[in-house]
Amino acid sequence: MSVEATIEQKLLDTFSPSYLDVVNESHQHNVPPGSESHFKVVIVSKAFEGERLIKRHRAINSVLADELAEKIHALALHTYTEKEWQDYYADSVPMSPKCRGGSKVTS
Amino acid sequence: MDTIERIKQQISENPILLYMKGSPKLPSCGFSSQASQALIACDEKFAYVDILQNPDIRAELPKYADWPTFPQLWIEGELIGGCDIILEMYQQGELQKLVKEVAAKHATADEK
Repeated sequence: MSVEATIEQKLLDTFSPSYLDVVNESHQHNVPPGSESHFKVVIVSKAFEGERLIKRHRAINSVLADELAEKIHALALHTYTEKEWQDYYADSVPMSPKCRGGSKVTS
Repeated sequence: MDTIERIKQQISENPILLYMKGSPKLPSCGFSSQASQALIACDEKFAYVDILQNPDIRAELPKYADWPTFPQLWIEGELIGGCDIILEMYQQGELQKLVKEVAAKHATADEK
């Protein structure tokens, strides 16, 4: 299974999201074509109600711990409750920034 | 001093601290760039550590923080979050409020 499909499946199973979008953004970065290294996740779930952002992100990081340890280099997370999604974000999901080549720097 | 001790010292001595790739003036990663821009826009002094110059911290901090990626914003010894959280808090006006409060508190503490 591709990394993208694995992320999708794990998030679906854990958070039962009402909206989920997993985007492979690797092509925007300094990696070979076809890489699965940089991802953006937009997820709307009742599970996030009453939870601060850091707790929501930690929950996702822990579900994807294996992938983060071995395969994923960057994971942009945009996590919303259904109310937040309706109120603020449905029309404006933030863009991820452009690569600046930092992973090439070794010291 | 071992790496974890250095990290503990850094987060206890600097009330507003950003671990990032590169520097705020010359960031080496788009996520670090956005995070430092948001902090700069709060208009208060903050400390930063360039993890590309400190490979030991780059290796150890994610485990210590239980947070897999950089940048990481630490305020008063507590991990606030990474780039997405910093930007979202900034857009909601929460980051400015928090940074101003902490800066004011520590400015008075410094003057004694």
